[in-house]
Amino acid sequence: MIDLRVCHLYPEHLNIYADRGNIAVLRYRCERRGIGFEAIGCGPGDALPDADLYYLGGGQDRDQVAIAGDLVGKAGDLRSAVTRGAAVLAVCGGYQLLGHGYRGHSGDEMPGTGLVDLMTEAGPTRMIGNITLRCELDAADARTVVGFENHAGRTHLGPGVEPLGRVLHGHGNNGADGGEGVRAGKVIGTYVHGPLLPKNPWLADWLVREALEQRHGAVELDPLDDALELEAHRVAEAIAAAG
Amino acid sequence: MIVFPAKVAAARAAAGLSRRAGAGGGTSLPGKLLLRMAPDAIPRLSRRIAGGTVVVSATNGKTTTSKMLAAMLEPERRLCRNSAGANLASGVASALLACRGADLGVFEVDEAALEAVAPALAPRVLGLGNLFRDQLDRYGELETVAARWRRISAAGPWRLVRNADDPLVAGLPGNDGSLSYGIDDPSVALPDLPHAADSKWCGVCGERLRYDAVYLGHLGAWACPACGNARPALEVSATGVAFDGLNGTGFTLRTPLGERRVSMPLPGLYNVYNALAAVAMACAMGDVALERMAAGLEAFGPAFGRFERVSVDGHEAVLVLSKNPAGANEVIRTLAHDPAPKRLVVALNDRIADGRDVSWIWDVDFELLAGGVESVVTSGTRAAEMAVRLKYAGVDPDLVRVEPDLAAALDTALAAGSGPAYVLTTYTAMLELRGALTRRGVVPPYWEAA
Repeated sequence: MIDLRVCHLYPEHLNIYADRGNIAVLRYRCERRGIGFEAIGCGPGDALPDADLYYLGGGQDRDQVAIAGDLVGKAGDLRSAVTRGAAVLAVCGGYQLLGHGYRGHSGDEMPGTGLVDLMTEAGPTRMIGNITLRCELDAADARTVVGFENHAGRTHLGPGVEPLGRVLHGHGNNGADGGEGVRAGKVIGTYVHGPLLPKNPWLADWLVREALEQRHGAVELDPLDDALELEAHRVAEAIAAAG
Repeated sequence: MIVFPAKVAAARAAAGLSRRAGAGGGTSLPGKLLLRMAPDAIPRLSRRIAGGTVVVSATNGKTTTSKMLAAMLEPERRLCRNSAGANLASGVASALLACRGADLGVFEVDEAALEAVAPALAPRVLGLGNLFRDQLDRYGELETVAARWRRISAAGPWRLVRNADDPLVAGLPGNDGSLSYGIDDPSVALPDLPHAADSKWCGVCGERLRYDAVYLGHLGAWACPACGNARPALEVSATGVAFDGLNGTGFTLRTPLGERRVSMPLPGLYNVYNALAAVAMACAMGDVALERMAAGLEAFGPAFGRFERVSVDGHEAVLVLSKNPAGANEVIRTLAHDPAPKRLVVALNDRIADGRDVSWIWDVDFELLAGGVESVVTSGTRAAEMAVRLKYAGVDPDLVRVEPDLAAALDTALAAGSGPAYVLTTYTAMLELRGALTRRGVVPPYWEAA
């Protein structure tokens, strides 16, 4: 049987924006299709387990600081896993940790994994509100992502690094360049929570396909009844557009 | 220059106009006007109350706790209260404007507004109940609110009453005569810290806390295995808690004034916490008899929208405010005390007063409801989103209908069978639904209901 193994990093620390909703959606969409699903928690001091998809959520500042050093210690193993073909989804604080680090107001620096060439620094205000992006993860297949953002960090992507999407409504990475999140191969980082996946089932399926590929090759996913999800998506997009 | 009495008179006139215009009960606007004209209005007006004031704050339970305290005190005193949940400075000032001749003030104050309002009121007793994550987009992280509370807890003349079971509150410094309360009954403990627990780490050394009993969210009998920081001794406690379904709760109340069995017509362990907070505050006041405290609890009618039963065209609806993960989880746990399948309305709004970010519904354990649902109508501005949450919680999608209009959602649920419909709503959805019911003559307007 085909199965998906998800490693949920620091579930005790990084869970502020209902991150378990993202895991629940991945589980549901696999189980509905007869795909086995296993979620493995990985906390401070634990060895990084083998997985098809690594998930990093957001935490309170204090919790993020508490795990940053441990995560940097796991960065080499995480990089090897990505090189082997694993996918990564990182949201909010987890997204910031994908990069080189976070520079605070007083110049203090919290290190990141350096998995992707991006850097975050504290801004003068928080960027809070509903957000809509336009993404094209597969060529000529434009989709929207809807959700909520709430971050003080301003993230700047390195040269040649692609954002996850272009902001249609909201702030995005830094409120200036129109980009939101990052997409580097199978690695996705984003400020969009809400949580991210329940209202964006197409993105959940994209991640499932990309993650399954390393052990199971190209997998065709059966369609599911997403009527409620698409209605929630439509309403969220309308609310974001209304400002 | 306009003198203070003239400013007060002008703000009072505005209150009368606001009520007559049907623009709400004048619960915030007159106070807002007055504070603009006289920023020191709260200390000036509250000093006139001979018996002083008491203040309660918490993320969850402030309205019920202050109403319980009022029920204990009201037979003997004339109270000034901000009874409609208008708990920012403007609401407190409006209440002070409205009550002439009161001999005691009982106020609930928003947890984020407390730093400004408590020093202005200089209460005799300051009761601090709990801190849970709530509306991250408005309040910021829990730590920010906790830091504000740390700054003020010992900064005034008050006796501090604190919930010893909440690690974020238990260690707040207080003056002489401060009291701690908590639950002392492992038989009603949860098996584990729930998913949405907000405070798992020691506030002193950062080690993971050990719980001998978890009662609600992160509230319980906690201790740090590393540094010895632990739940303080309980001066006021509840033991022998017994639930009577959704009808009520019994417990043995232990206080410095003695012990007494209490039977309270309110369901849910969270209401035991509210009762303990009210009792501990009454104990700290020093001039309330134990019998009065118990009598107030035993005759208590629920506060507005807190398991409030209303009759709508011959059907019963039970209105239940559920506005953040910890509160909603307790509502769901309480509903599970009655195993019969239920008809539900779950209304989710995302207006500013609800928090525009609705991700919190994923921290609520709707999974506990999945097997006990006869039918559900989701409603509010985010009705479809709520339906998605219930789908992932394991509620059969065939039992779920999406109806964004609140009154239509209630009618749909009431028409779907006999027996009560349970209506779970966020704050503004509750106000909107009450507005619709008031127009039908079913319930009094909200500013008269609490």
